[in-house]
Amino acid sequence: MKATASTTQFRIFVLPPLALLFALALAAGTGAARAQSPQDAFKAVYAAAETAEQQAARLRNRWTVTETALAEARAAAGRGDFDGATQAAKRAEALAKASIFQAEHEKQAWKNLEIR
Amino acid sequence: MILPALAALMGLAGPARGSDQPDPVAEAKAFRSYFTGKFPKVKLEDFVNGPYSLDEDMRRQWREIEQFPPYEFSLEKGKELFARRFANGKNYADCFPNQGIGIRQNYPYFDQKAGEVVTLELALNNCREANGEPPVSYLGEEMAALTAYMAFTSRGKPFDIKIPDDPRALEAYQNGKRYFYSRRGQLNFSCATCHVQNPGERLRAEVLAPALGILNAMPIYRSEWGGMGTISRRLATCNSQVRSVPLEAQSQEYRDLEYYLSYLSNGLPISGPGARP
Repeated sequence: MKATASTTQFRIFVLPPLALLFALALAAGTGAARAQSPQDAFKAVYAAAETAEQQAARLRNRWTVTETALAEARAAAGRGDFDGATQAAKRAEALAKASIFQAEHEKQAWKNLEIR
Repeated sequence: MILPALAALMGLAGPARGSDQPDPVAEAKAFRSYFTGKFPKVKLEDFVNGPYSLDEDMRRQWREIEQFPPYEFSLEKGKELFARRFANGKNYADCFPNQGIGIRQNYPYFDQKAGEVVTLELALNNCREANGEPPVSYLGEEMAALTAYMAFTSRGKPFDIKIPDDPRALEAYQNGKRYFYSRRGQLNFSCATCHVQNPGERLRAEVLAPALGILNAMPIYRSEWGGMGTISRRLATCNSQVRSVPLEAQSQEYRDLEYYLSYLSNGLPISGPGARP
């Protein structure tokens, strides 16, 4: 078939943007699928929580509730409940960070309580 | 002129509370004055009886309990364990001055050779290991029984904790103080929150004991535990109660804390083993 002016215009001005959009959508879709994988999300959040808890341990100030939240996260992941596991790991990370803040703060603040 | 005043208002100037240069003698005096001022009707030597020194109803119950003390079985077991021979024919008495009788009031001490605080519990396990025996749990009944017997042989003798002229000993004292006053756990409590700021107050069903003399009655039978507990067990429980993960039993922090608290109670009589709700 011989190309007409209108089909040429279609190829030049419409197809590339469409292809680009398609490619972008595909890439975005793949990325979204990757980010939304509950298992992957859990792994990332749990690793962050564990790192924070290790820092709390170095400061000799772990909290029991952080350990409980980490255990709950592991248990939920073991059951395949990655949304629940992620929630628990996020809670653990927040608690671990609070315990780190407490330990850093108390390096000086304890002196305010001392009887003199 | 304005800047220093502003700094003072913001708490940025002037001597910081809790100097980094400890003065144990002055601090012990201030500590004692705090408690005698807070509880003017309590005799100094009575602080070793913890909540019973502060609450008359509990004191009456305690007197009844002491007719048939719940720690008696542990005391008998401790006496028997203390005398029992190790596989090499020696026993605990061979490890301690005066054969281990009437020496509780001298523990913990700062071992200048090792450069660390040695508690009675640690000394007992050191003795076992030196004689080829495996250590016993610091949290268990056997250690509680042994320390109960040793405390009993020291009843009435005043705590006599020494800080030798050694910067490491002073550092251990300071570390213990730091641990005592530092807040921890999700509840954000320090040891002092309960035992300095709120002794005599109730925490649920418990009446909080004053920090002054708090170790003189150790080890203790606790109704809550249904058995005897060592100082190690008590410290771990305190940590858990404020939602803090306990440190390893006999960690440096706990030993330094015991050193600090025992020093502050110098002159007060050993009353252990004790009984608590």
